[in-house]
Amino acid sequence: MVGKIFAGFRTSWKGLSLTLRHLFAAGESRKVVGIKSANYFDQKNGIATIQYPHQKLPVPEVGRYQLDVEMDDCIVCDLCAKICPVDCIEIESIKATEAIGQTSDGTTKRLYAAKFDIDMAKCMYCGLCTVVCPTECIVMTDQYDKTVTNMNDLIYQFSDMTAEEAHEKREALEKQQAERQAAKAAALKKGQA
Amino acid sequence: MNFYLTYLLVATLLFAFTAIFALVALYAERKVSAFIQDRLGPMETGKFGLLQPFADILKMLHKEFIIPSAADKVLFTLAPIIIYVAVYMGFATLPWAPGVVPVSLNLGVFYIFAILSVETVGILMAGWGSNNKYALLGSMRSVAQIVSYEIPAGVSVIAAVMISQSLDLQEVSAEQGILAAHPIKFLGIWTVNHTGGILAWNIFQAPHLIVAFVIYFIASLAECNRAPFDIPEAESELVAGFHVEYSGIRFAFFFLAEYSMMFLVSMIAALLFLGGWNTPLPNIGPARLADWTTGTAWGICWIVMKAIILVGTQIWIRWTLPRLRVDQLMNLCWKILTPVAFACMLISGIWRLAVM
Repeated sequence: MVGKIFAGFRTSWKGLSLTLRHLFAAGESRKVVGIKSANYFDQKNGIATIQYPHQKLPVPEVGRYQLDVEMDDCIVCDLCAKICPVDCIEIESIKATEAIGQTSDGTTKRLYAAKFDIDMAKCMYCGLCTVVCPTECIVMTDQYDKTVTNMNDLIYQFSDMTAEEAHEKREALEKQQAERQAAKAAALKKGQA
Repeated sequence: MNFYLTYLLVATLLFAFTAIFALVALYAERKVSAFIQDRLGPMETGKFGLLQPFADILKMLHKEFIIPSAADKVLFTLAPIIIYVAVYMGFATLPWAPGVVPVSLNLGVFYIFAILSVETVGILMAGWGSNNKYALLGSMRSVAQIVSYEIPAGVSVIAAVMISQSLDLQEVSAEQGILAAHPIKFLGIWTVNHTGGILAWNIFQAPHLIVAFVIYFIASLAECNRAPFDIPEAESELVAGFHVEYSGIRFAFFFLAEYSMMFLVSMIAALLFLGGWNTPLPNIGPARLADWTTGTAWGICWIVMKAIILVGTQIWIRWTLPRLRVDQLMNLCWKILTPVAFACMLISGIWRLAVM
């Protein structure tokens, strides 16, 4: 029994001295260094807390955080929305009456994006959309801190068209289609006659 | 009339002291636990989070009293008050300095142990009144634990009291320094009435009291329901134990009682074993350190320092040692602490007869 008592004190003291060492090491803090730093694993003593909004860990520029879309390069092919495993991308396209322009890699744009919404609350950061994008206009950025007070603020709207513009384009398309239909019908009638 | 005014003033001072101590200890506990775990603890409320305990207490005050519909309303409401009052009344006989004591009872130690036992009733009331299985389990464990640990605590206290030959804590303190009326001997050989200091403390007058002190300290941890003996509120098993149903100011009272209890048991330990309000500095030749550092202000200073060091140790132990299982707890109490405490008491008797 005496041996047990001494073992109890010895082991307790071992634990207590360990915590005491940590208590007295609390005077210094570990420096906030990124994972790329050569001595990242060398800091073993001191406070490990990073006081987040005041201090930030450096992240790589090509981090896999929030999505961003360069609308000028988007051809509204809808591939990203189709591949998305959680369906967080919602695209509504309007056919243009003629070629609108070209993206920076030379692809011709033929569709307007009336709506290009990404729901960041649903996004699981898999990055599949960035892989399938033919013009590489949807990318992941190094931005990760997007705290909002309203859930709807997490739906990012990338479309640069106003509702009026979209309406106008839609009417133009309808008009063009109606004209084509009329032309087709006229051609058909001619053929029959 | 003045008589009653003095009483009221003393009572208010003691209450203010326990309340302020609870706030400071709450902050200290958070910071110490954080530093031990390589964290920073509260940092945002005021400089270094210094206002955190005030923010906590404000939050508690703002909260609604919720009495569960199935609870026993009378017991539920009274329990936190009884628990706190039991601890608070324990402060009545504790001396703070030579001549400074709220009430000098010649049954001081006995009174404290009697009044602290009432806390157990309060805990059982809280658990039973909540009508919640976790609360009831917690309070049953608490009662079993406190009742068991009062035996080694009581017996080791008796060992000290046998050396001091008084139950009055003021006299017990006086007998451990240069103000002693009776001859006192360091380790039973060297008369230190004029030397005083650390040499005259009870644990050095009779060295087996070091063992008694350790037993008392371990038992007092259990009586405060502090880790590693915190099975009554074992968070991982019982949510929060006996106070799981409490909110707001009543919950704050449990906190207040816990921290006051920590200070109380530490102060009793300091009074009985560590020289009470006596200075640790002995007279060395012409340097009359003990004479210079004995007095009312010094006395308050020393006793508070000693108690705070012990409270710090309690906090340090809480954040180091894991919780004991119920059977381990009872094993420790009945098979180790109680027999050793009885042995200490026996040695005290022999010491009294043969050495002193």
